[in-house]
Amino acid sequence: MINIGEILLNLWNKSGFAAIFSGFTSGGWQYLVMLVIACVLLYLGIVKKFEPLLLVGIAFGCLLSNLPMGGLYHQELWTAFMDESSEFYHSYGEIMRQGGLLDIFYIGVKTSLYPCLIFMGVGAMTDFGPLLSNPKSLLLGAAAQLGVFAAFFCAILLGFTGSEASSIGIIGGADGPTAIFLTSKLAPHLLGAIAVAAYSYMALIPLIQPPIMNALTSAKDRKIKMVQTRVVSKTEKIVFPILVTIFVALLLPDTAPLIGCLMLGNLFKETGCTDRLSDTVQNAMMNIITILLSTAVGATMVGSTFLTASTLKIVVLGVVAFGLSTAGGLLGGNVMCKLTGGKVNPLIGSAGVSAVPMAARVSNVQGQKANPSNFLLMHAMGPNVAGVIGSAIAAGFLLSVFG
Amino acid sequence: MILASALDSIGILDAAIVALLGYVVVFFGLILLMIVIMIMGKAFISKDKKASAKTVAPAAVKVEAAPVEAPTAPGTAGQLKTFDVPPKTAAMLMAIVADKMGKPLNELRFISIKEVK
Repeated sequence: MINIGEILLNLWNKSGFAAIFSGFTSGGWQYLVMLVIACVLLYLGIVKKFEPLLLVGIAFGCLLSNLPMGGLYHQELWTAFMDESSEFYHSYGEIMRQGGLLDIFYIGVKTSLYPCLIFMGVGAMTDFGPLLSNPKSLLLGAAAQLGVFAAFFCAILLGFTGSEASSIGIIGGADGPTAIFLTSKLAPHLLGAIAVAAYSYMALIPLIQPPIMNALTSAKDRKIKMVQTRVVSKTEKIVFPILVTIFVALLLPDTAPLIGCLMLGNLFKETGCTDRLSDTVQNAMMNIITILLSTAVGATMVGSTFLTASTLKIVVLGVVAFGLSTAGGLLGGNVMCKLTGGKVNPLIGSAGVSAVPMAARVSNVQGQKANPSNFLLMHAMGPNVAGVIGSAIAAGFLLSVFG
Repeated sequence: MILASALDSIGILDAAIVALLGYVVVFFGLILLMIVIMIMGKAFISKDKKASAKTVAPAAVKVEAAPVEAPTAPGTAGQLKTFDVPPKTAAMLMAIVADKMGKPLNELRFISIKEVK
């Protein structure tokens, strides 16, 4: 006769509840804490609208990978994958054999496939016209990378390794795909914390930047109205992505995957004869990759690696990086304002932190607060897209040093 | 898991040098790119000027034969094109925009007003 009690006991022992409560003191509590964190992130994404397209996926990926016995993500497989002494070192075959659904999703992060494809979508949605009409805005994109290197240095002071500090510093680039690209190569164990910090702070740009903008610019300078820039021809827009790819990839070959995809997406948009491809890259492909990327990144947020003091330090360093990048861009804007005799509104400098187009919108809003007839959006888009190229160059440099 | 690399156990001085060097490299790369874009922009502008000079010359002959338009009133900002918008509505819209922007109407230039159906 069937022993119902034994069946029920087996069912309980194989359940996730048993895994949490039976071994509560030996790590079971971590599952609970991570499930709470996942729910908080879902709340921030859904209710507070913090980058919901990414944060909802990240939070749900975190939730799925922290359901014990679910077998969706196996941290130990990836530890062996990175361990040079393991027989499964860099063995995607082992991941495919033993891995769960999220392990297979994560292969796209590990191989840098998703960040590059996201960059292709970003390229297809970006108009480089404002940058081409005012190439000097590239200087603001460079100045706004200050936070990357300052946060890198601070991270070293806090005891992180060079590779980890590089991955933390790149949060200051305010560029999600670049941060994921660099972190997956240099410090994959920090990927979850860095991705959450980067995307959360990007969503908080309208709160983080304005106080810094007001502190570092004078009321008089904020009122400066900028003259309309020249109209850029179609041919220029087509030549630009080809030129940038050749130039930047020759200068820093490590940036070739990111810059190459960014510019390919832009070329699809500008040629005028690849509208179907441009449409697919901007919409269908971008959405599919966003789903895969966000859930895979969220899956890396397992208790054993996420619930550490390092995560708290990353959260603090992330906001330092964002703040200093904004300050760097504004200081660059102030210098440019003085050198041009007051023709450049320094507020556009803060848009150099990437975060397209949120940072440019913040510059525009702050400009209109100072002078309601001031329209800085198109002027701020120049440094904004320059910041994307700047952060890719910064990532390429860090990768060439620590990779 | 800590990645094993010679530079991973980087000292504070070395970190400062790497940070400074990185910032300089970003500036260097983007300054070079700026120069390249400026050269490209100038090449395209001069090409466009040559092309427009060629088209303006024959057009000038035609202009002589064209009927002379009625002179505009002193201080005008040009003509406004309206599409399916009555003049009274257009005037009201321009007044609202000027009021919202806090600018005198004669300092603004409206090119066209079209009703979106």
